[in-house]
Amino acid sequence: MKYADEFRDSALAAGLAKAIAEQLDALGATEETPVRIMEVCGGHTHAIFRYGLADLLPKSIEFLHGPGCPVCVLPRSRVDDCLAIAMKPNVIFATFGDAMRVPGSKGSLLQAKGDGADVRMVYSPLDALTLARRNPDKEVVFFALGFETTMPSTALTVLKAREEGITNFSLLVNHITIIPTLRAILDDPEMRIDGFIGPGHVTMIIGTEPYGFIASEYKKPLVVAGFEPLDLLQSLHMVLKQKVEQRCEIENQYARVVPNTGNAVARKAVEQVYETREHCEWRGLGDIEQSGVQFNAAFAAYDAEKKFAIHNASVPDPAECRCGDVLKGLAKPWQCPAFGKACTPEIPLGALMVSSEGSCAAYYQYSAVHNEALEEARNAKAS
Amino acid sequence: MCLGVPGQIIAIDDPAKRIATVDVAGIRRKVDLSCIVDEDNPPESCLHAWVLVHVGFAMSRIDEAEAEATLKVLHEIGELAVEREAMLTSEVQ
Repeated sequence: MKYADEFRDSALAAGLAKAIAEQLDALGATEETPVRIMEVCGGHTHAIFRYGLADLLPKSIEFLHGPGCPVCVLPRSRVDDCLAIAMKPNVIFATFGDAMRVPGSKGSLLQAKGDGADVRMVYSPLDALTLARRNPDKEVVFFALGFETTMPSTALTVLKAREEGITNFSLLVNHITIIPTLRAILDDPEMRIDGFIGPGHVTMIIGTEPYGFIASEYKKPLVVAGFEPLDLLQSLHMVLKQKVEQRCEIENQYARVVPNTGNAVARKAVEQVYETREHCEWRGLGDIEQSGVQFNAAFAAYDAEKKFAIHNASVPDPAECRCGDVLKGLAKPWQCPAFGKACTPEIPLGALMVSSEGSCAAYYQYSAVHNEALEEARNAKAS
Repeated sequence: MCLGVPGQIIAIDDPAKRIATVDVAGIRRKVDLSCIVDEDNPPESCLHAWVLVHVGFAMSRIDEAEAEATLKVLHEIGELAVEREAMLTSEVQ
């Protein structure tokens, strides 16, 4: 068993793996017709690869790596918007480090920094607000990226800016929401998904109720999971148990951290500051209706799109990339012609190769020994 | 990116502004308590509590065993080093 010593309880892990194999047999799953389970969250994708969970389980289960990595789905056009603001004089552009290397059509924020733009990597939106306090003669813009987990932090930061009367501070908002995107994936006629492993920390904010339609309308089970390998195995076991018993419910394996009701205080801050955005572009997936948020009218003064007259213009993904197919689980990363060749972690073409939570980066890092295509690409690059 | 890193609240710096100091695997930084306090749970009640920290905000209270197990996983998958680096190198000057 790969990395067995790293499980908190390796006997329990082996027992769960055996029970999962029995469930798959009971469901009649085979390598040709596997049960397909999507783990929505990029953190789960990373853990599945790191702990070699797919190697621990029969070939009759297939993990589909979902869209739950905000860096991976950041469209090129949005990076272009960041650069347009960052290159303006008198601007300090602050961002989480994750977004620095994502390529836009005219380069990345890291390249802009190299070209002289004042781009700062910060740990927290509160640090960007500190920059605004310390530099009253500059315009400080924070790139607000992330899912529901991150929205409360940027909303509370803006509320704090208003409380303190800080006016040289604004946010370029690219917050996205997981629920409309799960619906879009379920509505995609090419998709075949048998169940979901749900995101832990998004659910810590939104609670389990918003997933209800997945069970009631689409008849798929979803289990909210923690991040330890044992959590993931147990959650998978819970999803398959529902399949065996022909149930479709929303269950919570991660109740020790995630209350079913989520975090009402955090949601209140988000509702105070943001409203639903009619259209939101996702890299690889295209436009998904109502899948993001923007400032409401009361907070327009903090909206960098208005302050700097940014009019987002869609830019197609690079023609050779198959990011969309990989994001939807229709192709494996190594089936993309750019994988390991034009697109590597060092020089990424697509965002799935940038983040440690992206499935291309994960395949590149952890799956090489099983993958002739990747080995070939690496050898060709080395020679 | 939705990572939550366990830390322990070691000081309440400004109860009115809900600002505390958290220790995350030996690194200390200011953290905002707004999401885990309400009328029944004032900021002072957070002292010594273990919390999940996400981008400078305490998002949830957790117990110590959970904190230890989560830190171990984050260390193994390499994310703890990334978070520590982000906290230490935040460019606020």
